[in-house]
Amino acid sequence: MSDAADQPVEDVANKVDEGALGAFASGVDTSVDYPLQVEGLEKSFGGITAVDGATFEVESGTLTGLIGPNGAGKSTTFNLITGMLKPDAGTVTFNGEDITGEEPHQIANRGMVRTFQIARELSEMTVLENMMLAPKHQRGEALWRSVMPGVRDDVREQEEELLERVWEVLDFFDIAHIAEEYAGNLSGGQRKLLEMARALLTDPDMLLLDEPFAGVNPTLEKKLLEHVHELREQGYTFLLVEHDMDLIMNNCEHVIVLHQGSVLTEGTPDEIRSNEEVIEAYLGGNV
Amino acid sequence: MSVRDDFTDRIPGGDAGLIVLVLLATYLAYVLAGFVLGYTLRGQLNSIATLTFYIGVFAMLSLALNLHWGYTGLFNIGIVGFMAVGVYVTAIVTKPTYVAGGAAQVGGLGLPLWVGILAGMLAAALLGLVVALPALRLRADYLAIVTIAMSEIVRFSFLSGELQQFQLFGNRVGFGGGSGLILDFAPPLEALLRGVGLWDAYLGFVDAFQVVVPRNPKPVVDGLIYGLLLLGFVAAFYWLLKRTGESPFGRVLKAIREDEDVANALGKNTDRFKIKSFMLGCALMGLAGILWLVPQGAVTPNFFRPRVTFFVWIALIIGGAGSNTGSVLGGAVFAAVLYQGPRYFQNLVTAVFPNFDSPSGFGQAISPLISQFDPVPFLLYTVDSIRQLQLVVMGLVLIWLMHNRPEGMLGYRKETASVIPLSRPKSMTADGGDDDSVRTDGGVDAAAEGGETDE
Repeated sequence: MSDAADQPVEDVANKVDEGALGAFASGVDTSVDYPLQVEGLEKSFGGITAVDGATFEVESGTLTGLIGPNGAGKSTTFNLITGMLKPDAGTVTFNGEDITGEEPHQIANRGMVRTFQIARELSEMTVLENMMLAPKHQRGEALWRSVMPGVRDDVREQEEELLERVWEVLDFFDIAHIAEEYAGNLSGGQRKLLEMARALLTDPDMLLLDEPFAGVNPTLEKKLLEHVHELREQGYTFLLVEHDMDLIMNNCEHVIVLHQGSVLTEGTPDEIRSNEEVIEAYLGGNV
Repeated sequence: MSVRDDFTDRIPGGDAGLIVLVLLATYLAYVLAGFVLGYTLRGQLNSIATLTFYIGVFAMLSLALNLHWGYTGLFNIGIVGFMAVGVYVTAIVTKPTYVAGGAAQVGGLGLPLWVGILAGMLAAALLGLVVALPALRLRADYLAIVTIAMSEIVRFSFLSGELQQFQLFGNRVGFGGGSGLILDFAPPLEALLRGVGLWDAYLGFVDAFQVVVPRNPKPVVDGLIYGLLLLGFVAAFYWLLKRTGESPFGRVLKAIREDEDVANALGKNTDRFKIKSFMLGCALMGLAGILWLVPQGAVTPNFFRPRVTFFVWIALIIGGAGSNTGSVLGGAVFAAVLYQGPRYFQNLVTAVFPNFDSPSGFGQAISPLISQFDPVPFLLYTVDSIRQLQLVVMGLVLIWLMHNRPEGMLGYRKETASVIPLSRPKSMTADGGDDDSVRTDGGVDAAAEGGETDE
């Protein structure tokens, strides 16, 4: 763990500030350790401010948890980071580059991919089709290459390569037995697995998981967590939104607590556990 | 309904067999009706040619619409506008240059027909782009509103006096206003045959056909061969769209149809995919319009009323959106039963009851039914008004379909969106994972479920 995690919130914010405002080189310097930096993010819907100056960063190769009571702005923050929503103010920096306001597909192509709170499988496509969709840089996504005789053989070759990878990932997630199934016929837990598997196929550096364990039975939850840990050891970075405090505390190296749209505190699970403010936020009068 | 599913499964030859079977049954019904009507051979051949023509155009149009709606989920109800632009641009490019005192009020650029057809398709695609750019960013329903408005704007533009004639590259051209345009150039069949140098051979063949149809067999042969040509175009459309669907490109389209946000979140630039798909479909609609109307020799803007759009939608819904085979089948059934059928039915009734004397008004038709319980005048009146009732029948069929078979004749045919079959590659072992691992939730149940839900 780096020292940054132990610093108070203000210091972290200052550090990001310097990185973003200072020379580009210094930005790159911090980005090595912190692929994702969020600074002063704001978003309001009508009169309600959902995210109010959220500032945090995620360290490379960690499993970072983003927690907070209902309405704290976790999902909105996710949507702002991944481009589903455009922030009113603030910046999002990924791998040293400002990605604020980019389209979701641009951000995904930079190597940051998300899953959804309610699993959004493509129900009238098979699990295999769902998986084959995900990989980047598919030559056959150009219409003319898919249609033109001759050139299509090139596409076929790539499809064969992709298919092997798809089956490997299916095996990794233990969902090979439902490969031919239509995604709409899967159980809730299987959908969660499919989503994570599909996200992984885009070859990301970082995965943002929006409540991946909601509505998942304990056996599968254990399974999913094993996968996450295994992937983290392979070098993937995770940012996790989760309600279940125990789950976050037992699995994340670093925890960020959102409250009323801004970062209440952050630190190691032990620090968070003993933090009065957090207990207040979860159990206090506002809830 | 399960009975019908079984029925479609039992047909030998799969989808192709089904199409051939439906076509044969349709032709047989028409030929039998022709016998009842006492048609000569010439009449029979003509009716087959007309039927083939409409099957061809509706199959092409519903294939193109299937790309929009079935594959990509784009709700285009402005089909006829793209057809109109295709036809009019082809006309302006291909019509001979204006000569003062000629029959035509306006001329064209006098270029070969194939140039005109390409220009027409390009124009339809570009109009698609113009419509799509603002509308695709909005929700799906807005595209529907924009497209139908566009198709009416196109029609009124062609009707307008302002655009009746204007100068283009120093030539007097125009849309001809309400009186339309005379398409005074060689129709597609002749242009094609001349282009490949088979025109003289074709004329020889027509002469030889006098053995079968004495006296001026050319219109009959023209109609039959043109029908075949259209079926060839249907096959080409089918081929193109099948390849489009069974590819990574088609996979993204399918994903957009299912959930656009997901496709976007996985790094696909969905706007670009939608625009490409939309433009391709529009170009094909333009081509179908050209092949429909150019052989007619003249075109007026009021042909391009929104009802044609809805005909194509009915055809697609009958066949089953999402399936190319269904689109062809829907186009064929629509053309044979709903478009041409009522007219035939009317002729048939008139032939069977030659002395029938239908009442001239609704009052005269209904009063015997009320006063003497005599339904005959009312039925005769109904048969007499069948052309007007055609739209009612279509509406009823649509309502019935929505209630009983919303997925169309073929049901949900889910053609795998991939260049290759997606089964596990042979090079890989059957089970790469650790065998004794805990299955995910209810793995056994899921497998059992799979058996039941597999359709």
